[in-house]
Amino acid sequence: MSEPAIPDATPASAPALLTIRNVAKSFGKTPVLRDISLQVAEGEFLTILGESGSGKTTLLRIIAGFESASSGAILMGSARLDNLPPYRRRVNTVFQHYALFPHLTVAENVGYGLKIARLPKPEVATRVELALEMVKMTPYAGSKPSKISGGQQQRIALARALVNRPRLLLLDEPLSALDANLRRQMQVELKSLQREVGISFVFVTHDQEEAMVMSDRIALLRMGELEQVASPREIYNRPATAYTAQFIGHTNLLSGEVKDGVARCQSLSWRTGWREGPGLFSLRPENIRLAGTDGGAGAVRFRGRILRQAFHGATELIQVECSEGLVLSVRTTRREDWNGDVDLEFSPADAVPVRPSEAPQSQALQSQALHPEGRP
Amino acid sequence: MFSRAYRAAITVPPLLWVAVFLVVPYALLFCYSFWSVSPSQAIVHSWTLDNYRRLFEVNVYLQTLFRSMWIAARVTIFSLLLGYPLAYYLSFYAGKRKELLYQLVIIPLWVSYLVRAYAWKTILGSDGVLNTLLQYVHLTKHPLEFLLYSPFAVVLTLTHIYTPFAFLPIYSSLEHIPRNLVEASHDLGASPFQTFWRVIIPLSIPGVLAGATFAFVLSLGDFLAPLLLGGPSGIMISNIVVSLFGAAYNWPLGAAISFCMLALVLALLSLSENLEKKWSFR
Repeated sequence: MSEPAIPDATPASAPALLTIRNVAKSFGKTPVLRDISLQVAEGEFLTILGESGSGKTTLLRIIAGFESASSGAILMGSARLDNLPPYRRRVNTVFQHYALFPHLTVAENVGYGLKIARLPKPEVATRVELALEMVKMTPYAGSKPSKISGGQQQRIALARALVNRPRLLLLDEPLSALDANLRRQMQVELKSLQREVGISFVFVTHDQEEAMVMSDRIALLRMGELEQVASPREIYNRPATAYTAQFIGHTNLLSGEVKDGVARCQSLSWRTGWREGPGLFSLRPENIRLAGTDGGAGAVRFRGRILRQAFHGATELIQVECSEGLVLSVRTTRREDWNGDVDLEFSPADAVPVRPSEAPQSQALQSQALHPEGRP
Repeated sequence: MFSRAYRAAITVPPLLWVAVFLVVPYALLFCYSFWSVSPSQAIVHSWTLDNYRRLFEVNVYLQTLFRSMWIAARVTIFSLLLGYPLAYYLSFYAGKRKELLYQLVIIPLWVSYLVRAYAWKTILGSDGVLNTLLQYVHLTKHPLEFLLYSPFAVVLTLTHIYTPFAFLPIYSSLEHIPRNLVEASHDLGASPFQTFWRVIIPLSIPGVLAGATFAFVLSLGDFLAPLLLGGPSGIMISNIVVSLFGAAYNWPLGAAISFCMLALVLALLSLSENLEKKWSFR
């Protein structure tokens, strides 16, 4: 195995609808985005994922036209988008706090864009009706936004944007204000709605689970730079960097040395195609098995002492100390009280080599290798 | 929760205040408006509706009332025309200069009303700043007489004085418009101009109503500006009330006019409050 490849930013199959080319943005002297290049395909659900302060909302606002990039270009198809004011872009936004017009009824809110576009009245009425039906809000057509719940406002914001048939829909953490159950329900609805209308979605969130559930591809943003762009499976199974591995799901980071095709991390060693020298590997807790009779050929076996376990519902997460200072998280579906020493194993293929993430996070990452439960 | 003494200590003083300085004087005034004055200029304490009848029968009172309303209406319109763009600019476009400009709007309120009215007298008089200037640049040969001692002078002065009162509530309502609504409007294809008409204006109507009410009510009851700058053609209703309570010594008629004014103002306030409620959405 060689250097983990960053997959091409565009899936080869579909043509690019939106192209972000070398976009950078600073507020005063503070850089918030650095050299972002990204493409969104026709009909794709792309999620921009990142912690707060990663620049994800700024990137979305640049696409919408509420901010201008300090450098770089944004194209829709082959035409420049970044020199158009927001009201000339065939892009619509679902705002984080919905931004419904309080003086207009639900139906008037949904029809706002069509009215501005001077569509004939009967057509406006029909399309508003269909849009309200789509989000199951027909009975509320005459209500004012202040009279409906947060989840309902959310649907209206969505209908108001989609009714204009934009080529691209931008969603700025639209689910963050909803409670957990409604949120999960809306994730599913939003995803199936996107499939139905076939419009490209660019969805901004800080919630990695949400990103995994909904996206065709995830663009992970960290401190204004793209860390990795890949499908949820790819980004989970083949994280390119230590940061990605830790931000998306739980992982164990093994810091070791590769020599003569063998990686060594304290008492553990396994065969690897990774380049010689110091190496960093991500090993997901669920890829470490309690060694049973079905121990696969070539599996790395080792013995560890159970430190503690935590019940997670469907799984148990166990902390195992396999040698001085090397504590690994192990996820198992076997529900019992774990005590004493256990035999464990993993396949060398599951120890994914990752690039170390630069300062200032690297310090934190080191300590997290010892306490994999901690989250960045 | 609180002791009886404590509750009395916090409620009695304000109630006393209201009773002594509001209820009693108004009650007295109300009684006066149904009394009359004898030829020997003594107050006759027998009840009559004559004062109210005279108010509607003698032309000069109604005329002056209508003139006052017309002056107040013009002051209101001009204050809004000046105050709204100013507030809009400050709230949406002033950026870093916002604080400074806001202070500049407010500062005149710290200057005595009388000083500002006199200032206009100095500017508009026949030997005043404006006429001297106009003659100096040969735009006119003789001083323009209509500048001072006219309804024009009153409207101008009152507009100057009450524009900040119109500005403040408008500015406050504009400041309360969430900026993401403006972005949402642009996002949905509305130009800045369309956004102004469809989003900003409707959402600032409560402020406009409050500002208009301030400007109208304050200038309707004004008596200093017409006294100093109005001349005979610029007399307002308060000047009549003042003279009835003073030289003319007809307190009952003065009280009747005052009560009509009060009724008018209260009606306006409740109308404006109702409209504001209708146009507020939070």
